[in-house]
Amino acid sequence: MATKNLLQAIHEGLAEEMRSDESVMVLGEDVGRAGGVFRVTQGLQEEFGDARVMDTPLAESLIVGSAIGLSVNGMRPVAEIQFADFIPPAFDQIVNEAAKFYYRSNGDWSCPITIRAPYGVVPGGALYHSQSIEAWFCNTPGLKVVAPTFPADAKAMIKSSIRDPNPVLFLEHKRTYRLIKEEVPEEDYDVPLGEARVHREGADITVVAYGLMLYMALEVAEKLSEEHGIETEVVEPRTLYPLDRESILDSAKKTGKVLVISEANLTGSVSGEMAAIVAREAFEWLDGPVMRLGAPDVPAAAFAKPMMDYFVPSAEKIEAAMLELARY
Amino acid sequence: MAIRETSAGHEALGLDEHDLRRMHYHMLLARRVDERSWILNRQGKAAFVISCQGQEAAQVGAAFNLRPGNDFLYPYYRDSGMTMLLGQTPRDQFLSLLGKKEDPNSGGRQMPGHYSSRRLNIVTSSAPVGIQYPQAAGSALAYKMRGEDGVVLVCGGEASTSGGDWHEAMNFAGIHDLPLVFLVENNVYAISVHASFQVAGSIAKRAEGYGFPGHEVDGNDVLAVYEAAREAFGRARAGEGPTLIEAKTYRMTAHSSDDDDRRYREREEIEEWRKKDPIVRFEKYLMENGLLEQSERDEISDRIKAEVAEASEYAENAPFADPEDVLLGVYAEA
Repeated sequence: MATKNLLQAIHEGLAEEMRSDESVMVLGEDVGRAGGVFRVTQGLQEEFGDARVMDTPLAESLIVGSAIGLSVNGMRPVAEIQFADFIPPAFDQIVNEAAKFYYRSNGDWSCPITIRAPYGVVPGGALYHSQSIEAWFCNTPGLKVVAPTFPADAKAMIKSSIRDPNPVLFLEHKRTYRLIKEEVPEEDYDVPLGEARVHREGADITVVAYGLMLYMALEVAEKLSEEHGIETEVVEPRTLYPLDRESILDSAKKTGKVLVISEANLTGSVSGEMAAIVAREAFEWLDGPVMRLGAPDVPAAAFAKPMMDYFVPSAEKIEAAMLELARY
Repeated sequence: MAIRETSAGHEALGLDEHDLRRMHYHMLLARRVDERSWILNRQGKAAFVISCQGQEAAQVGAAFNLRPGNDFLYPYYRDSGMTMLLGQTPRDQFLSLLGKKEDPNSGGRQMPGHYSSRRLNIVTSSAPVGIQYPQAAGSALAYKMRGEDGVVLVCGGEASTSGGDWHEAMNFAGIHDLPLVFLVENNVYAISVHASFQVAGSIAKRAEGYGFPGHEVDGNDVLAVYEAAREAFGRARAGEGPTLIEAKTYRMTAHSSDDDDRRYREREEIEEWRKKDPIVRFEKYLMENGLLEQSERDEISDRIKAEVAEASEYAENAPFADPEDVLLGVYAEA
């Protein structure tokens, strides 16, 4: 079995779907000849042609809007928004249109589109190449928002997203594209949307995290185990909307202590929703306050490295929060 | 202002008597359904009305070229003349108007005028103005990619050309020679804002900048609109690309039942346009050419009146969806 990073895994998932279903296509800025600014779609245009791997004009509403129109006329488009920070012009098409097609037509029209969007802080990215935009969309019934972190999950989930009859926003943390490699099966395997994954079992505290924060939480969890004998259960939602409430609650009830970590700013965040679910549904099992760690409520990460590093929760801050919760 | 004559001769357009009667019937039907809707509103039975009145020629003339189920229609909220021509019924209109369970557009979820029919390839529509244009371009692209001869007709008012979505779709359609017909029903008003504050220059002429033809037509002349649209559909089916049609027409009612147009336009202006009523004009053409007798016209009118009354009554007596149905159908099942 070959080892692959996140970027390669998503590429492979896309290519396999395009091979097995000729209605699957990719469209967006620079996705064709250049293979995407991050190279996720590299080589796809050579294999599938410039219609199925289409370079579009620089117009996000058009990219998503035309994907909607393609989907209702028999295609399975995967639209790429080059950076999640540039998704606002497509907001209307995603939130008012794609997400509402099925409901507003009383089930007559579905809208099977996938929208890929790289998100998250990256050195040099600054305000407009760094944002965590998930909260904008995790308040939109009819839309699914997924954010897989590990390569094998991502390959299966891009396929699940394409096959899903609903619109799916597929978020990829840029800093995790090449961060790790893991074994990624060649054959078709299923990771359904809407299911969380427990990466590490533990009885003392639960950490819920995704994206870059998930890797950091896993590292800190090992450290706390070795140095303090604290066993952390690490849960990755994988799908941010609708949430797998049961998996989060199962872990919360097991450990009685929950910390939610994300790179997004806290007010109005997805982590706030997870904390609210735990606070209400697992109240009688809790042995400490439901805690959250995230970015401060400032617009986005800064360009200068010291300010950028301050913005993102660090390993030290994560460790301190986990220790505080464990000792509560 | 002189009353303009219907310009084109129908024989030259390849239309026979049956076609003309169908056009006439559908224009009159759309008008009568609309009028009945206002009565239901005044009676307190319909919460909201949005009208097609004055635009029936533009709608029927353009949509007459569509093959229901084999082409795509992206209507806007005034296009009841189109949707009924394609196969929706007066019952459907009133079921939607009254928000009943059987409303085929949305099961009572959407306001009237937000059309949808999978069977007829009428794509579900919404309220943000102009949002349908990029979608229509996508559906046209799908036809082109598969090498099929389907055509997409997308419609909006003149204000729908002010936002970016219209221009993004025009640009994309021009780049890829998409089988797409843009119909702008320029009815002079966007709620209260006059076209002179909405539109710089000419809408029709903008097409040239995007590399395809744009035509301005008399939108109250059903045959003129049909002619322009026939050419546009022909171009699209032949793989020659998109066409923009700007149909110059007039909104004869207030924007909606919640609007009082006395605040922003003179009664005299409306009276002038009433003389150019597209239905009156078409009937004059039909009668002058010996294609319609007054007695026949009365007969058709009576038939429509009965049809509308029956449909209205049916919808008034039809049940609402169960309240809990509001929870259903958020996500499609795989």
